Amino acid sequence: MELLPTIWFIAIAVLWTGYLFLEGFDLGVGMLMKLFARNNTERRVLLNTIGPVWDGNEVWLLTAAGATFAAFPLWYASLFSALYLPLLVVLVALIFRAVAFEYRGKVDTDSWRARWDWAIALGSFLAAFGVGATLALTTTGLPLNANGDREGGPLAWFSWYAVLGGLAVVCFSLLHALAFLALKTDGDVRHRARSWFIRLLPVLLLPLAGWAVSVQVLAGKPWTLAAVAVAVAAAAAAWFMACNGSEGRAFAALGAFLVLGSASIFGAVFPVVLPSTLSPEFNLTISNASSSDYTLGLMSIVAAVGLPLVIAYQAWTYWVFRRRVSAADIPEAHSFLPAVAAKAFTTKG
Amino acid sequence: MDALEIARWQFGITTVYHFMMVPLTIGLGLVVAIMQTMWHRTGKQEYLRMTKFWGKLFLINFIMGVATGIVQEFQFGMAWSEYSRFVGDVFGAPLALEALLAFFVESTFLGLWIFGWKQLKPGIHLACLWIAVVGSLFSAYFIIVANSWMQHPVGVEMINGRPVMTDAWAVFTNNTALVAVPHTLMGALAVAGGFLLGIAWYHLWRRRRDGIDTVDANGNVVPGEAGIPGRDRADHTVWIRSLRIGAVVAMISFAGTALTGDLQGKLMFEQQPMKMAAAEAACHDGTGFSVLSIGNLGSQNCDDIVALIEVPGILSFLAKGDFTTEVQGVNSLLGQYKADYGTHLPDNPIYGERAGQEIQYVPVMEVTYWGFRMMIGFGGLAALAALVALWVTRKGTVPASPWLMRLAVFGILAPFGANAAGWIFTEMGRQPFVVAPNPDLNGIDQVFMFTAAAVSPGVSAGELLTSLVVLTTVYALLLVVEVKLLVKYIRGGIVSAMPELAHAPVDENEDATPGGNGGPGTGKPADDVLAFAY
Repeated sequence: MELLPTIWFIAIAVLWTGYLFLEGFDLGVGMLMKLFARNNTERRVLLNTIGPVWDGNEVWLLTAAGATFAAFPLWYASLFSALYLPLLVVLVALIFRAVAFEYRGKVDTDSWRARWDWAIALGSFLAAFGVGATLALTTTGLPLNANGDREGGPLAWFSWYAVLGGLAVVCFSLLHALAFLALKTDGDVRHRARSWFIRLLPVLLLPLAGWAVSVQVLAGKPWTLAAVAVAVAAAAAAWFMACNGSEGRAFAALGAFLVLGSASIFGAVFPVVLPSTLSPEFNLTISNASSSDYTLGLMSIVAAVGLPLVIAYQAWTYWVFRRRVSAADIPEAHSFLPAVAAKAFTTKG
Repeated sequence: MDALEIARWQFGITTVYHFMMVPLTIGLGLVVAIMQTMWHRTGKQEYLRMTKFWGKLFLINFIMGVATGIVQEFQFGMAWSEYSRFVGDVFGAPLALEALLAFFVESTFLGLWIFGWKQLKPGIHLACLWIAVVGSLFSAYFIIVANSWMQHPVGVEMINGRPVMTDAWAVFTNNTALVAVPHTLMGALAVAGGFLLGIAWYHLWRRRRDGIDTVDANGNVVPGEAGIPGRDRADHTVWIRSLRIGAVVAMISFAGTALTGDLQGKLMFEQQPMKMAAAEAACHDGTGFSVLSIGNLGSQNCDDIVALIEVPGILSFLAKGDFTTEVQGVNSLLGQYKADYGTHLPDNPIYGERAGQEIQYVPVMEVTYWGFRMMIGFGGLAALAALVALWVTRKGTVPASPWLMRLAVFGILAPFGANAAGWIFTEMGRQPFVVAPNPDLNGIDQVFMFTAAAVSPGVSAGELLTSLVVLTTVYALLLVVEVKLLVKYIRGGIVSAMPELAHAPVDENEDATPGGNGGPGTGKPADDVLAFAY
């Protein structure tokens, strides 16, 4: 048993799970901008629930990628190069999404806002789908040769698992966002979110459950099978709690579903980090893909201090912005400036 | 172009672009934090206005740095998988630590700052900004540690053909990084200085054009008031103070870059002598610094290059600190590099079509020679302009000339140019290596890597070209959007960042309620729940 690579495998699983948990609801809120919100005020309600936190949530993705690079460079190199085009889509989606959050309110016209709303919704959708596909493929395998490079051209990564994983994260994010909105908003948005949550839960959790079960079929272990069972129970609990109006508990139970589902997937594939569909000999595992014990030891010390600190101050952020947002709180959009419009470059001084 | 060339163009374009946003983020963040600290200490309205206005521009720019930064982190694995495999053990750690210890801090505390104007106590709110700024400094440190390891690998042993970290202290206190970090931070401050100077000049000029400010017989400013929100006497104070802060920051940072740059240069003459010889287009050993060289700088053949104007002794001073020691030129270094690292790339499939080709040890001298000079030239120009600006505005405002105003505004670009040129110089000057050999590393196997071996073998030229085109197009589009927004908010002046000034009478003790419409039935101000940044 290799202790440090195992610890780092767990750490990376934790980082990805943290990413899906946190950015899960803000990706979902992004998609709901188009699917759920009925007018500009509601869209601003949605945006302001995630406004202070989405950027911090996204850093979980950067940290997961960075930690993979540092702890398992061969995993990082093979996965990212094999999925070149899908990750390009994720990058462009994340770029537009980030910029859209910040720029949407900066010009007071409907067409400007509409354009950025699409950027937020589509960007969130594509990012969620791409990340889901990437994670699914790292658990089900890619056509990698002995050097860890993809064989078979730019689209050789495609398999139905990619679609399943993509849908899993998209659907989970939508549901998670509904739970989040029920918890973080008030008024009509809150009640609609809760009733959507209750109605859609069984459908929206299917792809993620399907992915978890597929992985169990491919490489299940007793404890991971048990985790899947408990996850299903957590999902049922989330549903009942939402029906009873306990929004906080419903959100927590759905979070437990994600954590358990994710644990069952990562746990099942362990110690393989990226299977090769060409030959099991070419599988990347925690032993043949990892960095040296020295590097992993150093990173362990830093992460042992750093990660709890991150969790602490991010939790504090959620505490600071714990109040519910409602349509009644949204002020008019500001317009400014005609009085001081400048003509510096167009007329003579 | 083959895959390698496309991947290099992509890395170059995305990095230079990313590094337009980053120095402004670092420099302006620091300046805004100082402004808010002044407001916190003195309670003066003009410091609040400065914080809000420059803070708004800071945020418009910050998000672009965030968005383009993700590309940087993914790109190593996507386009440079062989590089990632080779260096991951030592290079991945600073990247992971950057995310864990810097990005989290930056993004979380900036979120608190943007939205927390009402939720947090003023002192804590201010602390959040400072923490975010310190996070950005840490981020700069970690990424430069990573880059410096490519320039000057230390703290590793070769095990099974890969460098494995054995001494983290050596990696994180690499002398290359210790001089590059302050140099880069000073460069970032220069960008912020120029930015403040240019924009503040524009506003002072506009106040004169609109007849709000006038000058008396002695040339001293007489600040006035216009009956328009935000264009009062305090507005004048905001701009003249911003201008002076900008000018002082620009001058200090230029002195700082010169000082640290000198240290860095002396180190580079030891660590990467070919880069520095190429920076000089110095073919033969000598002591003279070339002021102007002509000829075919792009050729690997030095015979075409003629130094038209040369100052004897200066090159020796830059490299060694005296005026007589001969500095090795390209020709004598070439023999040495060939002897140490071979004349041809090995016949290894990792080099693709380039296997067995002759190695070009001389970087593209057009780029290194002019990159080096543009870096120094733009930096110096900005510092000189800042000095002149301080003198010209000593009586409290700027001249009425629109042309001087335009010059000041376009001058904002000079420090950006200096930063870009410096990075292009140092990265192109490292070629043909992606990890340059460390000349002190005798004893261990030579730790170095040719760029030709670094690109992803499984990724096709078509994929790379697709991403190059897509990213370049997206970046160009977003640059237009960012600049348009910046211009809009700059022209809008203080009210663009403080709409409350336009919607309600100014009350120094309390911010006005935006829009004036409280939540129905609550009786509370509308922004009680959130500051509504979105």
